[in-house]
Amino acid sequence: MSGNNQKSGCGCNKLAPTEDAPVPSVSRRNLLLKLGAGLNALAGLLIGVPVFGYVLSTFSKNSPRTWVSLGDLNHFPEGNTRLAVFQNPVTKPWDGDTNEVPCWVRRVEGERFQVFAINCTHLGCPVRWFQQSRLFMCPCHGGVFYEDGSHASGPPPRGLFEYQHKVEGGELKILGGNLPTLAEPT
Amino acid sequence: MFRSLALWFESRLHLVKVFEATAGHKVPPSTNSWFYVFGSGTLLCFVLQIITGICLALVYIPSTSEAWPSLQYLNNQQFLGAFLRAVHNWGSIFMVAIMSLHLVQTFLFGAYKYPRELTWVSGCILFLCTLGMAFTGQVLRFDQDAYWGLGIGASIMGRVPFIGAQLVHLMLAGSIIAGETLSRFFTMHVFVVPGMIIALLSLHLRLVLTKGINEYPTPGRLVSKESYENEYEEAVKKTGVPFVPNVIGKDLIFSAFLVVAIVTCALVFGPAGPNGPPNPTLIHTAPKPDFYFLPVYAILALLPAYMETFLLLVAPVVGIAILVLLPFYSGTGEKSYRRRPMAVVIVVLAFLTVGTLAYLGTFAPWSPQMEAWSAAPTPVDYIKNRSGLELQGALLIQGKQCRNCHSLNGEGGQRGPALDTVATRLTPDELIRQVIQGSGNMPAYGKNLSPAEVSALVAFMGTLRPAYQPPARDSTQSVRLPPKDLRATR
Repeated sequence: MSGNNQKSGCGCNKLAPTEDAPVPSVSRRNLLLKLGAGLNALAGLLIGVPVFGYVLSTFSKNSPRTWVSLGDLNHFPEGNTRLAVFQNPVTKPWDGDTNEVPCWVRRVEGERFQVFAINCTHLGCPVRWFQQSRLFMCPCHGGVFYEDGSHASGPPPRGLFEYQHKVEGGELKILGGNLPTLAEPT
Repeated sequence: MFRSLALWFESRLHLVKVFEATAGHKVPPSTNSWFYVFGSGTLLCFVLQIITGICLALVYIPSTSEAWPSLQYLNNQQFLGAFLRAVHNWGSIFMVAIMSLHLVQTFLFGAYKYPRELTWVSGCILFLCTLGMAFTGQVLRFDQDAYWGLGIGASIMGRVPFIGAQLVHLMLAGSIIAGETLSRFFTMHVFVVPGMIIALLSLHLRLVLTKGINEYPTPGRLVSKESYENEYEEAVKKTGVPFVPNVIGKDLIFSAFLVVAIVTCALVFGPAGPNGPPNPTLIHTAPKPDFYFLPVYAILALLPAYMETFLLLVAPVVGIAILVLLPFYSGTGEKSYRRRPMAVVIVVLAFLTVGTLAYLGTFAPWSPQMEAWSAAPTPVDYIKNRSGLELQGALLIQGKQCRNCHSLNGEGGQRGPALDTVATRLTPDELIRQVIQGSGNMPAYGKNLSPAEVSALVAFMGTLRPAYQPPARDSTQSVRLPPKDLRATR
């Protein structure tokens, strides 16, 4: 029955209806169905677009980077490499300890610095500095880096990530704000 | 009275019909087998995870600043909190394990073949969802391992070409691991993935009803698209027995055994972690993944660096495609594992690979032992009757962190070879070259050791051999001896 009705309902055949009643109601039902489906598609877009926009809002290439201070220059004696901690520039009230980010500061001489990310370039584990052998070692898969951050041995594909830095008003500042990865090294 | 009440409900709900179409549906009697209990076992684990998960969510706070204290509260103050955390943890381990057995059993019994392709596909996606639950769950236990585990996840995402940075930001809900990251994983673990699992599970079970459960395969009985469904239907009509009550007994026994096993493990081993607080400035940590991801952790240490990104990004996609599409390129023919030797070989190889990698992952010989240089004692025998220079070398081997990667008398790292018998393998010249230039997995110490230090180090290593074994010899020496006057000074 429904098959027949649909045929006549689409209006392509000008067959006389076999019975008088059903035809107009069927085509009306069809119209309502299409209208209903169309309205729902529209409604779906109305909700779907904002939902996707909300969920994918962080799917962007840029991370907000700001100059943050690592403290007074005198904290970093020449020829030494020391752990420093900075506040992530973007914070939320419930960040807890996670907004404090560590990094390694090497003061080569005078105002020449190198600031390395704590994250191993292999898979992001925290590398540790060994003053005696002047090496960074990673506890996860055994990556090793020289004191200038270059790759010494093990699986890491490159040397340590370096932050851009500058000396301003007697303070060492770095451009912080993102977790360095191979896709976004600084 | 009881009967009339039952009839009243029956007349409204048609329970008998529902029962006949579901739990009471007819199955081939051959499926009344202990090999067929893993599916229901996995389901049981899932139900257990939902119940314990809801309980934990009553107390747990998905906030970066309060998750760790709330886990401590669960462990130490909440009545039975530690027990429920332990059950949730062991439930997840058992769920992954039993689900793997279910996968292997259906693979070996040819259950994925025509007409049960969709059952297999939905099962594979369920398996991936379960691993997703395992990873996100490990993050919710927001401790040091979770924090650095997120860093590892981000590092892997960062290797994706073109959209790596975007994916990292999407995963972390921002550009660093912070406030919103945990909320994101909480949402995945508690709402999104369980919702997907419930939906897929409904499909999976619906397919078991519409396409029937795979009969116990008979060697030599081939599946063909023309005749299989008719044969199956006829066989079920003729000899089929209702799943409830005839077949469910073994499932029930296995499920009860599983509950006992999970509870026992929970009582004996207790909850997992949390370990140190998720404070990124506490860098004296060696992050390690949970049990399920140990093989991945291991393979990332052992692969040559040049194929790492490829294998991280491409191999999982190819592997999953091969698994999911299995019924579409091997959908007919022999079902029994007795006549599918390659299937058996694949399973054995997969178990050996995953097992070996997981075993290596548990003690991670590739990781330097960060405290060995200052903590591991120098064996007394190695410093007895040694010259001052050699003793200085013994000090340097500690002080320059050599032992973080090289062991002496079994103590120290295993990243490099043990040095106990190094003098039998390398001549002094070779030792000097190795120390100064490094090679393979050893960094070059040329810049970090003075010539005097190198001499001391090599002098000490020259003594590291058993008395009964001669030192390594330069193979060129017998051919090209140095002039006499030089030889005298050596």
